[in-house]
Amino acid sequence: MKNIDSKGHVTGRSIYIDDIPEQQGTLHGAIVVSPVAHGVIRKVNYQAAEHTSGVVRIITAKDIPGENQIGSIVLDEQLFADPEIHFKGQPVALILATDHDTAWEAAEKVTFDIEEKEAVTSPREATKRKSFLVPPRTFQQGNVKSAWDHCKYVVNGSASSAGQEHLYLETQGTYALPSENGNIKIYSSTQGPTAIQKITARVLGYPMHKIEVDVNRLGGGFGGKEDQATPWAVMASLGTYLTHKAVKIILPRHIDLMITGKRHPYEYDFTIGLNDDLKIIAFEADYFQNGGAATDLSPAILERTLFHITNAYYIPNIRGTVYSAKTNLAPNTAFRGFGAPQGMFLIETAIAKAAEVIGVKPAVIQKNNLIRKGETFPYGQSPDEDNAVKAWMQFDNQFNIQEIEKSVEQFNQYSATKKKGFALIPICFGISFTNQSMNQARALVHIYQDGSIGISTGAVEMGQGVNTKMMQVAAQVLSVNIDRIKIETTNTTRVSNTSPTAASSGADLNGKALEIACNQLNKRLYAVAAEVLKADVNSIEIREEKIFNEGKLTALSWEELVMTAHLQRVGLTENGHYATPEINFDKEKEKGHPFAYHVFGMAGITATVDVLRGTYDIDKVSIVHDFGKSMNEIIDHGQVEGAVVQGIGWMTMEELVSDEKGKLLSNSLSTYKVPDIYAAPKEIVISDLKSEGNERAILKSKAVGEPPFNYGIGAFFAIQDAMRAFRKDYRLITSAPITHEKVLMGLYHDQVS
Amino acid sequence: MITFILNNHLIKTEAPAGMSLLNFIRNEAGLKGTKSGCKEGDCGACTVLEGILHKGKVNYKTIVSCLTPLGNAHGKHIVTVEGINTDDLTPVQQEIVNSAGTQCGFCTPGFIVSLTGYSLGRQAGLKPAAIASVAGNICRCTGYKSIEKAALKLADLLKEKDFDHDIEWLSAHHFIPDYFKTIPQRLADIGKRDSSPAQPDMIIGGGTDLMVQKPQLVKVSALNLTLDKPGLTGITQQGNTIVCGGSVTVNQLLDFEPLTAAFPKLKDWFKLVSSEQIRNTATLAGNFVNASPIGDMSILFLALEATLTLVLPTGAKRKLLLKDFFLDYKKLDLAKDEIIESVEFDLPDKHDSVNFEKVSKRLHLDIASVNSAIKVTVEDNIITHASLAAGGIAPVPKYFSKTSEWLSGKPLSAQTLTKAEEIMQQEVSPISDVRGSTSYKRLLLRQLFFAHFMEMFPQVITADVVLPVLKAY
Repeated sequence: MKNIDSKGHVTGRSIYIDDIPEQQGTLHGAIVVSPVAHGVIRKVNYQAAEHTSGVVRIITAKDIPGENQIGSIVLDEQLFADPEIHFKGQPVALILATDHDTAWEAAEKVTFDIEEKEAVTSPREATKRKSFLVPPRTFQQGNVKSAWDHCKYVVNGSASSAGQEHLYLETQGTYALPSENGNIKIYSSTQGPTAIQKITARVLGYPMHKIEVDVNRLGGGFGGKEDQATPWAVMASLGTYLTHKAVKIILPRHIDLMITGKRHPYEYDFTIGLNDDLKIIAFEADYFQNGGAATDLSPAILERTLFHITNAYYIPNIRGTVYSAKTNLAPNTAFRGFGAPQGMFLIETAIAKAAEVIGVKPAVIQKNNLIRKGETFPYGQSPDEDNAVKAWMQFDNQFNIQEIEKSVEQFNQYSATKKKGFALIPICFGISFTNQSMNQARALVHIYQDGSIGISTGAVEMGQGVNTKMMQVAAQVLSVNIDRIKIETTNTTRVSNTSPTAASSGADLNGKALEIACNQLNKRLYAVAAEVLKADVNSIEIREEKIFNEGKLTALSWEELVMTAHLQRVGLTENGHYATPEINFDKEKEKGHPFAYHVFGMAGITATVDVLRGTYDIDKVSIVHDFGKSMNEIIDHGQVEGAVVQGIGWMTMEELVSDEKGKLLSNSLSTYKVPDIYAAPKEIVISDLKSEGNERAILKSKAVGEPPFNYGIGAFFAIQDAMRAFRKDYRLITSAPITHEKVLMGLYHDQVS
Repeated sequence: MITFILNNHLIKTEAPAGMSLLNFIRNEAGLKGTKSGCKEGDCGACTVLEGILHKGKVNYKTIVSCLTPLGNAHGKHIVTVEGINTDDLTPVQQEIVNSAGTQCGFCTPGFIVSLTGYSLGRQAGLKPAAIASVAGNICRCTGYKSIEKAALKLADLLKEKDFDHDIEWLSAHHFIPDYFKTIPQRLADIGKRDSSPAQPDMIIGGGTDLMVQKPQLVKVSALNLTLDKPGLTGITQQGNTIVCGGSVTVNQLLDFEPLTAAFPKLKDWFKLVSSEQIRNTATLAGNFVNASPIGDMSILFLALEATLTLVLPTGAKRKLLLKDFFLDYKKLDLAKDEIIESVEFDLPDKHDSVNFEKVSKRLHLDIASVNSAIKVTVEDNIITHASLAAGGIAPVPKYFSKTSEWLSGKPLSAQTLTKAEEIMQQEVSPISDVRGSTSYKRLLLRQLFFAHFMEMFPQVITADVVLPVLKAY
């Protein structure tokens, strides 16, 4: 089934925040931002802005009726900086004007008198200064210290992976409207409506029930609108609170790029040890996470890194420690994968480096160490399935690793200026929020008296197709035609206390809640049907809107059944609540069973490098992916393709550049490049891992949003495999992304002054 | 008064000529299907069609509305996604739906318009052109493969297109609504725009640079709109000389047959230059006066040893070699109010070879780390003349006078190139910036210099000769 939004999208009729018809008198907000990365504000000069025609009001920290605090996990982030500045672009004030351009032009006229302080942008430097957002955490298993003696090969090194800009096509935006009695309704492009409700209430000194948050859809999220859609929504609400007018804030792209957080850059030190059979005996690593200026979601991202330091491998002796460094960059935040890609990048880098030193292909080590049932991840859980090995075997059967390697070699023999390379990347990704309390959801189902159905859940649609999947769940469980179902906006007054749509869990959690609600309604409808048909309830069945008794079609129609139930005063509304069973984690011991299940898979990536110009193409990505039993192949395959290309972007061309004073230099779409249609792999082939699916997944269809992002890591190694074909003395580059610059410099490293 | 047709409606507006067409469409006309993604022409979410009446027929092309000054819409047909919609989905829309080429949907109207532009264009039915038509559209969700599938399917559908009666054919096949047939007459009824302001305080062509750098200033300025100005448009051939009006766009060069005949790789080179939408709007004069050290057209025309004709409002004209036009960083030999009327250069003769190279962070729709162009004359294996230019390695689009001069009279060989490269490096002073470090730019310049000769003389300057030299430099 295709995404239900497709038709609206292709006709331009889908409504995003900036498309909502404006209330008369709507004011437009622009954010005054800090010009430096670190310092103390002595004075802000608003005169020029104030005197701009069209400017209505300037709002600063002193106008806040509640707390000037928007932190989520740790309360360490102000809505408006006062008086300390911790990153360049930090919001200082909000200007309200009669139109968007006037507001932002006025914001540029504000000048500052600031006592500037030294900015720290490197996580290693921050770690040296013991400047942490939260204390470091360590996962371990076995005994690393004594394990080195059992290793034939011990290889160590350093690595780094850069941040990544979300580049949702729709920039951050929000529209707040005044209601009666001081209540406020907020339209937001957010993955976390409840976070906005809660934090707006905190800032305004309100109880949460005075704030209603409504989300229709997002023009892309990718994690960038999980926590960081909040500040603008709060600001707009504050504007509405103070002026009793509707207030809209849409961030211009360059402002969005400057002031919102990215995927966390990481730096790494590692040591890996293998025995004669190329079994990984020990792995030890330090992860320096660049958290930025405020905690945001960094502790949860730190945790997910630790959960993925072994990727799809079993490593008996391991220690990994993550240092969450506080630096003077915009607070880094959630981004598809949520710390896991960094963990997986490092183990893959360590394996590739070890392979280089030993003189074997990385694939030999990869294949030799895939995790199996009964073996444990460093956090104590074992996989339910042998899917790591199964994915490898199925990949080899379908795509023939040896054949691919042979064709690459043959090409390289006859081609001088172009070289091909190949790399494999198995993945394993844990599904559940690692914060146990977030693994809950609710869904509200109305069956209207004419038989049509309205469903609401806590899931937010951002292109991933969760609305379509929710409709499929309701249609399947109620056994009605999907055309009868309408999915409502995500709204805090209909579904409360929601977890953000994140961690790939939106469909699972909300789908399960919806399944529960629909099953309850079924129970009641079945009872009514039994009564009408004077039959035993156990012999009733509703199938595709038809009502059967003892397997025989009856004359009772769906509409009649529903109307009868209504007239008999049977409740046709139900609220379903779901909490993922069995999951637990002991943060003292750092052991437990944090994940409902794991998603596995395997990709092979072929790349061609132009060794004259230092450029490259990704030729082909072949994938065997563990969808479980996919409930929507079109949507799920679309998620894989999109994730792979985004992952390749992270590893190749997407390069965030900041100067040492914390100023982002790649601050526009002309300097920060994401893949275009030509940069996408020439071919992506996706094959479903043969699997029975997992009961914990909605309709056994596994979560799909984040895991395939990690296939992109393979591009980093495929490109370098091609570079090695140009010069045998090639030495692996361990800092991602591998830009055209790094490729050319790597190919001719001995000639660069 | 600016008058144009927006979808099926005649618009007469007193809005400023420097307002962006995007702002007009969304805020004044209230059409929200066209999205704002970056306001610098780098995402394509705001793509619209621009139809221009020419000899009784309207030719459509895609442009980015964020960088189009409203004044440039005068007398034209502007089509947004709303202007394409009919009761049923068009084949373009249907194929995107069929292939699941839309996820969050925010970029989608831009893709729809770009593909509709492709359907209306002369390349309709050609597969590479179908892909090229959306190369200026960024999608962050799908990974493009589904969009590519839809584009290729469209190419198949369009193989049947009747080019002689394309509007009729396209509307009969529901690619566009019927009202398109009425547009030629309705455009003909719109007169010329009231004359330019007596005292213009800004000259603007396609707007692809000024609308990025100074949108606020453009909006409030009295504009001298040069894009459609008679005397600044059109390409002519006079003997062996090509004369291009200053307002000629990059894609108009591609449409001029003598040029594609003389430079068979022109299309490949221009594939590396911005995107379809930008190439449809960006002018030669704009690229030159922008004075960006990495202007692609500046580099190519430097190598072609082009000459500018500059004209003052008084009508006084002078000629100047392009290489003498660039004085220092963003400093030009150009008087206030003086504009580039035309640029001329000689077509290569049988002993001449020309090549263009460009490497950027992303190969397409990106600004060069280093770009370079060269023209060499080789007779009996001796280089008798050379003109070399490169960008990104100096404060100006760089013409290598010393290297070019030195090459003259030298045998065509790897040894010659090695020596020339030394001289070339002495002529440049690259700085580290977001597009690359100093040492990378020097290395890349060297590589592209050798790449030129490998491309132009594959029999003589072979990979087997060059690569060992480069490796062991």
